[in-house]
Amino acid sequence: MDLEPIISRMKLGAAGETGTWRNYRPVINKELCNKCKTCFSYCPEGVISEEIEIDYRFCKGCGICKEMCRQKAIEMVQE
Amino acid sequence: MWNLQGNVQAESHRNGSRVRKLLTSNEAVAEAVKIAKPDVISAYPITPQSPIVESLAKMIAKGELDASFVRVESEHSAMAVIHGAATAGARVFTATSSHGLAYMFEMCWWIAGSRLPAVMAVATRSIGAPWNIHGDHTDIVQLRDAGWIIGMAENAQEAFDMTLQAFCVSEEVNIPFAVGLDAFTMSHTAEVVEIWEPEIPPRRQAYKVLPSDNFAVNAVTMGKARMKARYDLAVDLENSAKVIEKTDKDFGNHGGLVENYRLDDADFAVVMMGGWCGDAKDAIDMLRQEGFKIGLLRIRFLRPFPKKAVKELGCEVLVVDKANSDLRGVLGIEVSSCGVEAKNVVAGIGGVDVGVEDLCRIFKDFMNGKLEMEWYL
Amino acid sequence: MILPGNTSCQGCPISLAMRCLDEIENPVLVIPAGCSTVVAGLHPNSAMKIPVIHVPFASTNAVACGVKEAYKRAGVKANVIAWIGDGAADIGFATLSASATRKDDIITVVVDNEAYMNTGTQASLSTFWKAKTSTSPAGKADERRDLALIMIAHKADYVATATVGYIEDLRRKFRKASQIEGFRFIQIHCPCPPGWRFPSEKTIEIARKAVMSGAWALFEFYDRKLRFSGIGKKFAEKDNRISLAEYLKAQGRFEHLRDEDILAIEKAIDEEWEILKRFSGE
Ligand SMILES: Cc1ncc(C[n+]2csc(CCOP(=O)(O)OP(=O)(O)O)c2C)c(N)n1
Ligand code: SF4
Ligand code: SF4
Ligand code: SF4
Ligand SMILES: [Mg+2]
Repeated sequence: MDLEPIISRMKLGAAGETGTWRNYRPVINKELCNKCKTCFSYCPEGVISEEIEIDYRFCKGCGICKEMCRQKAIEMVQE
Repeated sequence: MWNLQGNVQAESHRNGSRVRKLLTSNEAVAEAVKIAKPDVISAYPITPQSPIVESLAKMIAKGELDASFVRVESEHSAMAVIHGAATAGARVFTATSSHGLAYMFEMCWWIAGSRLPAVMAVATRSIGAPWNIHGDHTDIVQLRDAGWIIGMAENAQEAFDMTLQAFCVSEEVNIPFAVGLDAFTMSHTAEVVEIWEPEIPPRRQAYKVLPSDNFAVNAVTMGKARMKARYDLAVDLENSAKVIEKTDKDFGNHGGLVENYRLDDADFAVVMMGGWCGDAKDAIDMLRQEGFKIGLLRIRFLRPFPKKAVKELGCEVLVVDKANSDLRGVLGIEVSSCGVEAKNVVAGIGGVDVGVEDLCRIFKDFMNGKLEMEWYL
Repeated sequence: MILPGNTSCQGCPISLAMRCLDEIENPVLVIPAGCSTVVAGLHPNSAMKIPVIHVPFASTNAVACGVKEAYKRAGVKANVIAWIGDGAADIGFATLSASATRKDDIITVVVDNEAYMNTGTQASLSTFWKAKTSTSPAGKADERRDLALIMIAHKADYVATATVGYIEDLRRKFRKASQIEGFRFIQIHCPCPPGWRFPSEKTIEIARKAVMSGAWALFEFYDRKLRFSGIGKKFAEKDNRISLAEYLKAQGRFEHLRDEDILAIEKAIDEEWEILKRFSGE
């Protein structure tokens, strides 16, 4: 019996490289960043690591990280 | 004969390892389910199915059956509960009738599409409007397109045997199995049934979902996946005929997909399914005595449909239906789809009484070429 | 528990809520039709790191109940989660109620984006007063139905409201639910950028404004007692709230509101708080 039509398997980038959806790219100013991890906690996509590195392959450019950063360490730069 | 309480106290006597008991078809189904030892049962009450699950609830309360019985608020949820339990690897059972089957329809498609083994008894009853609690086949024929195996028992013995067979077959082919039994004339009518306890293999299924897994079942498909799933199910449903035939001898030797009754030398064949086939056989015996060469092809399975047996009839064919689509009967449409030109009569809708004499008259008119009325009203 | 590169829109609250599932031990997700189905991954891919059972719209709690029954009998440890939208709570309301009444040992999570988003933003019973949706183009005239209160009336073992606006509070509630046995219910307020018509970077800000204006109350119910949650406690007092207009005016779905509309909504919200306060005894 072929189960493939009803089974879906775990995949990073299930919708492909969603970074291509981005109009604006979040750029972190490391000097301003105090590693409070707020951006890590609130990124809906989960593309900011605990070391505060952004995985641009998948970052959709929603801008939530920029809004949440109290240090104003994140800037949205047009792609 | 009629036992509306649904609990006949019968004296049973031992006959080897077999016990003969006076049981309604509802009770026979419950006995079979008890032997199959399901893990999870869920159902919602509806006449005339209720005594099946009431009996099972009682068996559980008495400690005779170790199963979870989930009381739900609707048939949709009854089917959803057993869908979930089956997904997690449990042997499952439910039962319904009529409006209940209509109400769970969406889930019937899902459990079949998910390729989950499950067994459901359907005490076949008319669907409204208007309200009618009596027997016909308008409910169960609706399952035809959903991807279920659909068996139609003729009597309590067959309801017992078929229910046990259902667990075996369903779990081998990963397709849910409905056992049809006629409202009241079977569900609430006691007959002698030979009860025995065949060995049912432990639960088998193509997949189950556990917390340690990381795959998804039934995500949104695009492209050809859905069509492929539907095709596979259709092919496997077709092939389930072999498994039904192979296991038939272990479950009462009823003939596989069909029962041939006095067909060998027949010039005329009647095609029917369900409880009234007993009356049809009596009618045929009477007509045989009058010299008519007539026989019965009793459809035991509406799905997979016994196309070969129908095609091989090679004589004049009459289909007598208890369910209609338009003016045509549903079984009539099935038979004509096999390339067999057949006369078709619709009768007994909503429990309209059709006895041996009525059937004799219909059969005679058919053989005399005088069949005018397509609806026996 | 959700992997990057999924199908969610930019700024999606459901994707954010799904990330928090790592607070729950041995999760098995049961998801009906809705945005969550799509976000969890389109065949042949699954965006989730945990097992997902996709099911019909109205069936979730019953399926979850069946899954849990089977696990119980097989001795499998799991937190079975019925992860539903507010719309699924509409069509599956009887099923949800039966599940709560049976005290099914599962967690029900409602990701409440206040409309049927997946089918194009039609109004649900949870849609906010006077909100414009595609089936209430002049603003919804009906009440907003309060699921969490209804679940409390079922004497559920754990009921909580939460929001993607305060993620630590949400995570704590997931953790807490994970450690309790019985029927657990968490309704998460999920501001949705395309559905509510605000820019994608504002999801959290709007979620917080909902709490600060009193439009979304944060509370927990367990041991038969209702408690306002730490972060939202002070907004039980009207004086501490920001103006409701500040919350509403940030969203396109309320662009048509006049001052008297806002006053009427405020009255409805105040009445709800009165009920909540009576429940909490505070
Ligand atoms: C029986 C049935 N009716 C209607 C639909 C169509 N449908 C799919 S998702 C959906 C709305 C989902 O709304 P909600 O549960 O709030 O989830 P959301 O998409 O907002 O996250 C509807 C109406 C369906 N799938 N099944
Ligand atoms: S929120 Fe700002 S300060 Fe905090 S870790 Fe992120 S970039 Fe750094
Ligand atoms: S822009 Fe959005 S997706 Fe990209 S890192 Fe920031 S929060 Fe995450
Ligand atoms: S419509 Fe809203 S809830 Fe649905 S995926 Fe998009 S952002 Fe998320
Ligand atoms: Mg919704």
